[in-house]
Amino acid sequence: MPLSSFDPWILAFSAITVAVTLWMGFRSAKSSKSASDFFVAGRSVSVGWNASAISGEYLSAASFMGVAGMVMLSGYDALWYPVCYACGYLFLLLFIAGPLRRFGAYTIPDFAEGRYDSPVFRKIAVCFVLFIGFFYTMPQMKGAGTTLAYIFPGLPYWVGVLVVGLVITLNVALGGMKGITLVQAVQYWIKMFAISVPVFVLLSVYGGYGKQLGLNQGAVSAAPVALVERVALPEKAPRDGVWLAPFGPLTTKAVKAAAEALPAGERASYLAEHQKPYSLLYTFSLIVALVCGTAGLPHILVRFYTNPDGVAAKKTTMWVMILIGVFYVFPPIFGVLGRNFLPELYAATGSKGPDKVVLELPTLIRAKYGVLGSILSGITCAGAFAAFMSTFSGLLVSMTGALAHDVYGRMLRPQASAAERMRMFKWCAVLVGGVAVLLGSQVEQLDINFMVGQAFAIAAASYFPLLFMSVWWRGMTMAGAATGMLSGGILALCCVTLTSISDILAKTGKAAATASGGNWQPDALNQFWISHPLLRILAEQPALWAVPLAIGLMVVVSKATRASIPGDIRMKMLVLHAPEKLGLKQEYIQEQQGAGH
Amino acid sequence: MPDQPPDPSSEPCDFMHSEAFLHGLMRRQLRLSLGCASAFLLVLVGLPLANYAAPEFMSQPVGGFTLTWLVLGVLVFPFVWIIARVFITRSMALEEAEVELAAAGKERGQG
Repeated sequence: MPLSSFDPWILAFSAITVAVTLWMGFRSAKSSKSASDFFVAGRSVSVGWNASAISGEYLSAASFMGVAGMVMLSGYDALWYPVCYACGYLFLLLFIAGPLRRFGAYTIPDFAEGRYDSPVFRKIAVCFVLFIGFFYTMPQMKGAGTTLAYIFPGLPYWVGVLVVGLVITLNVALGGMKGITLVQAVQYWIKMFAISVPVFVLLSVYGGYGKQLGLNQGAVSAAPVALVERVALPEKAPRDGVWLAPFGPLTTKAVKAAAEALPAGERASYLAEHQKPYSLLYTFSLIVALVCGTAGLPHILVRFYTNPDGVAAKKTTMWVMILIGVFYVFPPIFGVLGRNFLPELYAATGSKGPDKVVLELPTLIRAKYGVLGSILSGITCAGAFAAFMSTFSGLLVSMTGALAHDVYGRMLRPQASAAERMRMFKWCAVLVGGVAVLLGSQVEQLDINFMVGQAFAIAAASYFPLLFMSVWWRGMTMAGAATGMLSGGILALCCVTLTSISDILAKTGKAAATASGGNWQPDALNQFWISHPLLRILAEQPALWAVPLAIGLMVVVSKATRASIPGDIRMKMLVLHAPEKLGLKQEYIQEQQGAGH
Repeated sequence: MPDQPPDPSSEPCDFMHSEAFLHGLMRRQLRLSLGCASAFLLVLVGLPLANYAAPEFMSQPVGGFTLTWLVLGVLVFPFVWIIARVFITRSMALEEAEVELAAAGKERGQG
């Protein structure tokens, strides 16, 4: 398609989203004056704004487009993603949100140093913030590149990455945390509007959610649905029964590969024995990774510092759960509708296949009702833009904060004035934004959800155990915390990298075999996974063992080094847990200053 | 350590900074959090187990949905909101009680 054949409505809505983002950034630049405005929005963001902003930041490209694509592709099992993304917040609320806010540090590395009196630990925590941040940034960038290439067919992938990178870097450099809070809050509502309105229109035209899902029940559904004629499913699509039921294609990949390697006569009995238990194990490990990963993502945690007090932090989390919970009801509906009406998407993979179902579905309305469909397409594209812009801005602020506040302000030049630190914040924003654009332009071939999954698995096995144990167990020492966090995080990283390497090897091997007309002979790594499907599952979803391992190491090493428990641990614990009204925080700061810290 | 609030008169000098106050505080908060978490974990652990053990029951049609899809795709969200609501209300009440307890301890210390 030539560049001139794009839909003007889509262009208009996308341009408005970008223009509003820029305008709000410039506007808030005038009101962001102090260093505190830049780092934690002056700790004065109201509950409503902050809840919308956290939700806006959290609902990324993976949530907006990826969840719908996954439900279309894998059916029931993929429902765990939106549910756990939303419910991970409950863990934050129950165990971490309140204490963290009462402790009142600017960033997670601040907390790490404050809790253990260790500048070394701050450095380790900074590295993790940057590392997980960049991991999570890449899929957002990829979302930007593919969406822009979808809106303007013919436009190279890197243009979208560059445009979004420039807009958001400018915003963050101008307004810091205070600037993006407003932008992200508005972007939440754009996304909510963009995901819900097309669903309401599509369901009112083609019949309700239950009716659409019922189309997949085959023999179970007795009454034929007269309103909709379902398109026949292509060869590549999973069958109705497998798609609709638990323990489907997503969780049974490893055991099926193992069964295929067996002689034909043994396959059925092998599957009957192993398929469901292994699939159950996969499901549990996925749940642990997503729930603990949510509670450990550094860019989400930083937001709790922007609440005026601990009560506001709790109220904010409540609202965030409502806002994202309502949002997450919709993407699976897109997935179901996509299966019924756009099964041709099954033929392609990734951003050319089910991942673009959210952007494609409104075009059905365009074919039927003309302009209304174009407007709906425009709205969903605006939502997609808002999705990766807001998540990227949050990541950029947390990574820039880590560089400007922790590396520059605390390590390199502790004597820097507030004005110098603010200037450095702006330069760091440009630096991090530049690196993110460079990295983003290199990941066109990788899968969005896979990259997000990796970031979650690593965060679940490193930050979550650190925060949970630091808040609730006074016996934790710096050595224990660092050992647990590093071992959990690095082992999880190694395992998910190993499985992704074997996936790439299998993909290229199969392509080469098809080209030469022969059968694929698995390489040594894939051969190992085929003979050990259980290990493959545990490597692909490491959270089930990595989280307990990290916590276990923390306990064992802390007990061995109990002499190094900070002397004022009781006071620290009081600050973390006692109601703010008692004023222990101020008392603690005075004590610290008195002691020459 | 008993679960009931410690007696403020036991450490009259500086009850707010005492071990007893901190221990009771953390214990009551953790009990509340764990209580709410177990309600939540019941669904996260129970639903896959129910799918595993009673697949026919979980796949019965309910208004076009299968029962298990209805639970995981729709009903789970309001359930989590209820847990969050209960937790926030109780935890704020708990904080109020802690402030009163600390104040009572202080008065006794001074008296």
